[in-house]
Amino acid sequence: MGLKSKDLLGMKQLTPEEIMEILDTAKTMKLVISSANKKTSHLQGKSVVTLFYENSTRTRLSFELASKYMGSASANISASGSSVAKGESLLDTARTIDMMGTDIIIMRHPQSGAPHSIANKLKASIVNAGDGMNEHPTQALLDMLTMYERFDTFEGKNIAICGDVYHSRVVRSNAIGLAKLGAHVSVYGPRTMMPIGIEKMGVRVASSVADCVKDADAVMGLRVQLERQKSSLFPSVAEYARFYAITPEMLKLAKPDAFLMHPGPCNHGVELPTAVYDCDQSVINEQVTNGVAVRMAVLYLLMARRNNL
Amino acid sequence: MKYILTNCKVFGSEKTKIYIDGEKFADPFPEDQADEVIDCKGNTVLPGLVDMHVHLREPGYEYRETIATGTAAAARGGFTAVCPMPNTHPVCDNAAVVSGILKKAREAGNCRVYPIGAATKEIGDTELAEIGLMKEAGIVAVSDDGNPIPNAGMMRKVLEYSSDFDIPVLNHCEDRSLGIGAMNEGEVSTSIGIRGCSTAAEDIMIARDIILAEYLGVPVHICHVSTKDGIRMIRDAKARGVKVTCETCPHYFTLTDACCENYDTNFKMHPPLRTQEHVDAIIEGIKDGTVDCIVTDHAPHHQDEKEVEFSHANNGIVGLESSFALGYTYLVKAGHITLQRLIELMCFNPSKILKLGRGGMETGDDADLTVMDLDNEFTFEKDKMLTKGRNTPYDGWKLYGETQLTIMGGKKTYEKLC
Repeated sequence: MGLKSKDLLGMKQLTPEEIMEILDTAKTMKLVISSANKKTSHLQGKSVVTLFYENSTRTRLSFELASKYMGSASANISASGSSVAKGESLLDTARTIDMMGTDIIIMRHPQSGAPHSIANKLKASIVNAGDGMNEHPTQALLDMLTMYERFDTFEGKNIAICGDVYHSRVVRSNAIGLAKLGAHVSVYGPRTMMPIGIEKMGVRVASSVADCVKDADAVMGLRVQLERQKSSLFPSVAEYARFYAITPEMLKLAKPDAFLMHPGPCNHGVELPTAVYDCDQSVINEQVTNGVAVRMAVLYLLMARRNNL
Repeated sequence: MKYILTNCKVFGSEKTKIYIDGEKFADPFPEDQADEVIDCKGNTVLPGLVDMHVHLREPGYEYRETIATGTAAAARGGFTAVCPMPNTHPVCDNAAVVSGILKKAREAGNCRVYPIGAATKEIGDTELAEIGLMKEAGIVAVSDDGNPIPNAGMMRKVLEYSSDFDIPVLNHCEDRSLGIGAMNEGEVSTSIGIRGCSTAAEDIMIARDIILAEYLGVPVHICHVSTKDGIRMIRDAKARGVKVTCETCPHYFTLTDACCENYDTNFKMHPPLRTQEHVDAIIEGIKDGTVDCIVTDHAPHHQDEKEVEFSHANNGIVGLESSFALGYTYLVKAGHITLQRLIELMCFNPSKILKLGRGGMETGDDADLTVMDLDNEFTFEKDKMLTKGRNTPYDGWKLYGETQLTIMGGKKTYEKLC
């Protein structure tokens, strides 16, 4: 039991068996979240620190609650309120946290590979909570948990993902994780936001939103950062919404029992019309709950490995 | 001092002995007149190597490298002449800085130093630097190296004005408007989420510079070519008679962008490492004569500038102490080229392009040479390097071609301690 590696850096590093173990553990953890007394002793006597160099609502809070539900001492540090603002390097900051007896450091950073560059220099386990455009493994795991609750198997399932693929760590982690479990991923977005060689990651590049979502078992919208318009990646919000949004008509092209996901935060009326965000097929709010469950599972399994060594 | 090197294979000759009197190669003289008789143990004597593209960091960045440490590294790599790029602080864009560099180089006495001046003031792309006055002070070329001259109109003026002084223009070709990525754009950059830098960015500027050189009928030298189409365009231009020359670096024929997968910043440089297809094209260009020179782009950085997030890390790697061995192992021993061709790439051609008069080994020529062990494998170790930089991707590599001795102007500048 537990994970093979000290750290959770990305879906790239997980085996299919490890992914399934995390998902199965998360299903159990979900029972804790829905119970009247949200407390376990899995992390009692342990310490978990979140180190965030970027803003976050869901990821940070769900990690913090996950660690607290399991009884750990937990603390938070942000780039803006710490010595990072005085120019302290990532490595020095991470070593400082490490030397305070921290068991797990949960880290978000705007640069791809930032957690990888410090992981082997620390005693603590590193959980990647999003690194630049690279990966966001716990987001993919919570997305997969949301699917797993509705599918008996990932094998042969069609997953459509629409939006800013280039800048999305959510796409990369989902593409890698879903491919490992045998699902077919299609992606679509403006060509200016489609990275060269994405098909080599085992995804199909669709030719339109319609082509992407057709016969999908699950449809995922991605947040488009509105400031990208200023760097000429798309001409206007109106044009984006007209050609790249997942509208009710588009959603009808998916399988009848398909469901709609979005990692949040959502730009209502841009990538998703509000009517779609709130529609019966939307599982966006449930994804949030699953985020806590998956993060409990990840912390539990990483700690189990540490305890076994 | 009078030296006799015995028991050696002398490159390009049947000789087994070398005579040095003072600063020059000499006619044979009796052993008892020599201050020292050096037994070369059957190793190969080559003309001192020339690297026309290095960064010695002084003035301004002495914490990365000094002229003394950089030239000591050059001597350990078999070099007797190097050309430092002007992106120092202050920028080498005037005669005073040129003179300062030459003074430090003379004091160090490890290697001949031929400075390259900036093409534009402060490498700022708006005003021509004092190219004529810098030539009088000792520059051998101009370049804005790390900052490619982005404006075609300014590049034309640099080419025209430099031609008045017979000063070669060296350009680092990358069109920054196509994005300043941290690695090659492709499958690997997409997979690991690093912003890519396309081969098109390099190719577009190479094409521009060839067009300008052809239109104006003046020479241009393309720095560190890394792309297949860059090689193709230069090959075609040479065939048409355009006065274009070019260089590449050992990392472009030994490494690919797959090396970046673990975010190791010792594989981060500009232009970035490309895919195998491009590596193969570079080797082809080396074989067929399209590539004129192998240079290192020796770029020492402090540990703190490399032990950071990949996108934040400084560009470049050190190279002076691994260059010959990589060329010998991966080009000559691999069967792509002869030793003769490697010496053209690493000595005769750069000397010819910059009119340095290096590479002679006849009586009366400057006694610049290096003795290489071409037969025994050695392990390249970063902690043995004499450069201040530790940013090499080649630590632990097994190579052939270890420097045993380097002599510059009749003076020992490196001797391997046995």
